[in-house]
Amino acid sequence: MTGDVVNDFCIQAATINGSGSQSSNLVITKALFHMGIPVAAKNVFPSNIEGLPTWYDIRVTPEGYQARQRSVDILIALSPATWDQDAANVRPGGAVIHEATFPKFGSALRDDVSWYPVPFARLAREKLDAKPDLRKYLQNMIYVGVLAELIGLDPAAVERGVRDQFKTKPKAADVNLAAIQIGVDYTRENLVKSDPFRVAPMDGTRGRVLLDGNRAAALGSLMAGCTVLAWYPITPSSSLCEAFIADAERFRTDPATGEKRFAAIQAEDELAAIGIALGAGWAGARAMTATSGPGISLMAELTGLGYYAEIPAVVFDIQRVGPSTGLPTRTMQGDIGFVHTLSHGDTRHPVLIPGTVTEIYEDAQSAFDLADRLQTPVFVLSDLDLGMNLWMTPPLPYPENGIDRGKVLDAEGLKEVVDWARYRDVDGDGIPYRTLPGTPDPRAAYFTRGSGHDEHALYTESPDVYRANMDRLRRKIEGARTLLPAPLVEEAGNRVAILAYGTTHHAVVEARHQLAERGLEVDYLRIRALPLHPAIAAFIGRHDRVYVAEQNRDGQMEAILRQELPGELADRLRGIRHFNGVPIDAEAISEPVLAGERAEQESAAPHPVENGRVPVA
Amino acid sequence: MSVAVEKLNRLGLSRDDYKGAHTTLCAGCGHNSITNHIIKALYDSGVEPHLLAKMSGIGCSSKAAAYFVEHSHGFNGAHGRMPSLATGAKLANRELVVFGVSGDGDTASIGLGQYCHMIRRNLDMTYIIEDNGVYGLTKGQFSATADLGSRPKRGPANRYDQIDVCALGIELGASFVARSFSGDGKQLVPLIQAGLAHRGTAVLDVISPCVTFNDHEGSTKSYAYVKDHDAPVNTPDYIAPLEEINVDYEPGTAQDVELHDGSHILLRKIGPDHDARDPIAAMRLLFEARHSGEILTGLLYVNPDKDDLCTREGLPSGPLAALGIEDLRPSREQWDALMAGLA
Repeated sequence: MTGDVVNDFCIQAATINGSGSQSSNLVITKALFHMGIPVAAKNVFPSNIEGLPTWYDIRVTPEGYQARQRSVDILIALSPATWDQDAANVRPGGAVIHEATFPKFGSALRDDVSWYPVPFARLAREKLDAKPDLRKYLQNMIYVGVLAELIGLDPAAVERGVRDQFKTKPKAADVNLAAIQIGVDYTRENLVKSDPFRVAPMDGTRGRVLLDGNRAAALGSLMAGCTVLAWYPITPSSSLCEAFIADAERFRTDPATGEKRFAAIQAEDELAAIGIALGAGWAGARAMTATSGPGISLMAELTGLGYYAEIPAVVFDIQRVGPSTGLPTRTMQGDIGFVHTLSHGDTRHPVLIPGTVTEIYEDAQSAFDLADRLQTPVFVLSDLDLGMNLWMTPPLPYPENGIDRGKVLDAEGLKEVVDWARYRDVDGDGIPYRTLPGTPDPRAAYFTRGSGHDEHALYTESPDVYRANMDRLRRKIEGARTLLPAPLVEEAGNRVAILAYGTTHHAVVEARHQLAERGLEVDYLRIRALPLHPAIAAFIGRHDRVYVAEQNRDGQMEAILRQELPGELADRLRGIRHFNGVPIDAEAISEPVLAGERAEQESAAPHPVENGRVPVA
Repeated sequence: MSVAVEKLNRLGLSRDDYKGAHTTLCAGCGHNSITNHIIKALYDSGVEPHLLAKMSGIGCSSKAAAYFVEHSHGFNGAHGRMPSLATGAKLANRELVVFGVSGDGDTASIGLGQYCHMIRRNLDMTYIIEDNGVYGLTKGQFSATADLGSRPKRGPANRYDQIDVCALGIELGASFVARSFSGDGKQLVPLIQAGLAHRGTAVLDVISPCVTFNDHEGSTKSYAYVKDHDAPVNTPDYIAPLEEINVDYEPGTAQDVELHDGSHILLRKIGPDHDARDPIAAMRLLFEARHSGEILTGLLYVNPDKDDLCTREGLPSGPLAALGIEDLRPSREQWDALMAGLA
């Protein structure tokens, strides 16, 4: 041992899905958090209810990095099917806590890691005072105790984690604490620590909470005054809808009458889910749906209706791996190209792209304002990593402002207007005035249709009228470029830059530090919305090379950039693509940037890498 | 010289106030007759035009939503998706009188899923299927309600069984299921009025011959065929709330059903002795009629006591759309407590 490694390593729990290990992993995560140690947790789970292998990565970093770390320092191996491969992934010098009865072969014979065999099954059988059906779950709590003892988790923080986890069941908390103690005792009596990893209390989590992006999106929607949710269950967006329902039940139920100031409909499919949202938006409610790629495909039809008939709705797309069913429980930035122009004909939709929990909470609120202001479906593009994992975040702020319902004429407002026409551009921004059904004025009525229509919403196939209307719609969405969140820029006059969006951000933060350590300072721009903000082209123009890092195979954002940028700027883009279903890590960015820059130095050619793209490791 | 006094309904509106744009359907289309019956029913019932939400899908039938009550909001949505749009509209504002016009392709083919789930949720709306068994706008292909063996203008007879939207509706738990004929205003108008009064999904399958593509010898949805095979099970009289029932009928010859708003539908039995509150009897009649080739019309089944969607969802009596943001956000204290609990 060359010395202790304190608060800077990655723990991976490789367990069996449905065995209760999620509770154990959350207890570890919360215990670290309560010790003031920054933590990032990534659940890499299967599409399965019970029986398949599942992984939970808990990264502790003094810097508070939130990206996934590629290598594993401490493995908790409880999954027999993947035991050999899991052990192979441990970094030299690492440690493996494993079920003692696992066969010793292959990677299990490595001599460059510390081995901690623990007879979990036997301990559970002999020491746990619980019914057999509960024993399976409690058995996994034993590894919390083993780990706690080995790395020095504060017992008070562990207890707080357990009490947190079983908030509503104090009895269950006691039983779980007893199981943890079995692990602690066994370790003290039987294991000798031979690895360098340990934790020490620090002050890195003050003013932070642990929250997943889906709950934050739900809370943002609640604060935005969303009253109609329509959804169809799909991983990884279901928990957003379930969180909305739970929070709305809590805060929007009249205690006296039991009446609910919201409606949440589990629809028969995503066709109906967006139909309900659009119908509600048409009638004046703030309405939303949440889905993932397969649902987005089904929503293509009515999204076009929403665009053309100009009806507000908010659609959350919590992206998962496609195409088709793909990897339903893994993460990807794979829908960006599809969503932006979803549906047939010429369409374009505002897309908000949050990268953090705070951003999705704020974007959820702005999305409803923008949908009302622009009278069109607005998409919030999250992903499984942001949506379903726990993130350290500042508490979400109570909104200081009211909401913007956009250009709605009520009966009073109509009196001021001489000749109201539903689709007339009065203000020069392409945005017309709308009325809501139920408005007590005969002039309020108009006939909404997805077919060709004139300013008065009357059916027409006139070439000139069609074209003028489509031009107005283009102007309307063009105007969104500056209404939407501007890109976030960190610039210090460097020649090279990284451009990213969404959760790739967290790997970029770390990659820039890695690059700086290697002597390469790079600037950074993070896109926050589509259509592209004008500042993006200007930023690219100030750099020789801009590496576009994204989590898909085909460089979907890069393609959007290339389509919009003049060729001279498009030539400066270099794609970095990560697409294996697990969240992107810092090396996946820093390595290709370094390779690309090295090649740039070695060659005079403007395009050093084949096809202008840097191959991803 | 006498001045013609325009008749007005309870709102002081004339029948002309319930008219819409001029039809662009073919002359003689059954849908145009239905439009007239809808106008009469809405006028007679005194529906507030500004509270009416006219919903439709895509097809000849769905165009008809523009042909009545000009001063109402309307929504000609997407093919087969009207039920979901209507569901959203009603959730947003339950004060709206949601009135849907669909067709057989729109309901029984591309929109069958949404039709089923609208019924399952008992969305409070009147849902008229203008049923001619063919796709008109695409030039005469059979739809899923076409009868087995029915002949098209050209080509082979229909090889597949029909989907009976009424039987399907009853099986799905629909709370109001009627069938009628576009040419029978005497039966259809009170049925529409009862549908408007009913709290829940009121399905009215109205056989409506297509003069261009399905009105020939060998078609089972032609004017001639429907007139020959119309087998009314009852003739309805609609009696508005608080209106006195002064219809004469022999005991045992009529069934009186009180609807949720206090109105009544009085069903004078003219065919078999059918209890319109009995879903199994209704199914039996529908099956028997299908085998005998008859078209059973009248109010086939009604259950006025079933809760509708908005009731089941526990919504407030006013529109969700009208709630202010102060009614929708938790208080600052509640919020702070929520955040404190996350640490």
